[in-house]
Amino acid sequence: MATRILIPTPLRPYTDKRDAVEAEGATIGELLADLTKKHAGLKAHLYNEQGKLRSFVNVYLNDEDIRYLQKEQTPVSAGDTISIIPSVAGGSRS
Amino acid sequence: MSSQRATLLTGVATAIRLHGEQTFPHECCGALVGVNRQVTAAVALPNTTEEGPRRRFLVRPSDYQLAERRASELGGELLGFYHSHPDHPARPSQFDLDHAWPNFAYVIVSVMSGSAADMTVWFLKEDRSSFDEGELHGDENPDSNPAQAVHG
Repeated sequence: MATRILIPTPLRPYTDKRDAVEAEGATIGELLADLTKKHAGLKAHLYNEQGKLRSFVNVYLNDEDIRYLQKEQTPVSAGDTISIIPSVAGGSRS
Repeated sequence: MSSQRATLLTGVATAIRLHGEQTFPHECCGALVGVNRQVTAAVALPNTTEEGPRRRFLVRPSDYQLAERRASELGGELLGFYHSHPDHPARPSQFDLDHAWPNFAYVIVSVMSGSAADMTVWFLKEDRSSFDEGELHGDENPDSNPAQAVHG
């Protein structure tokens, strides 16, 4: 089952400038694995060295943050849309 | 690798400086909108950090989406973000590096004792190991133009 994933501006250079792509999977985790397999440049920016989603990467299933669902185990149904939405953080001191 | 650049069109640098002075001693933040590395508007956004706004900023996902929408409305695209470093130099911290997105311009303005000072621009290296400093063009004299930030 192919699911539509919306890609934010800074990641579009890795998806041939497309703002939406499709990936296969029954859960968010499987979808993101397929996404990063098809578009290899995404992986380093979505996942940290421990293989966890970076804290400033927000993944939404339709309008719900997956942190409040079942995180990467959240099941995906036909017609769902996944969005990768950045938080932008920083600061003067480390 | 050739140096990356960002050009701030008239009023943008002044708007960023004013925003940094208005929020001092807290950090300000906002989006950079334009086309082809030419920044035509600075869109001020709320700093929603809960870690202390004197040393951190956070643009939450809903405000990020608002910035993308404003970029479209203004006929441009999202080119990056700016923020201030109150009483600190305009150089990215390790925290900035750890939270950076690729392909965005990061403008930093130093605000010393309430007065905006140096402004710089940075681009994350593809391997995330550090930033490259870019060339910043169009940084006017801070007193030369009274433009305000566009509020999202």
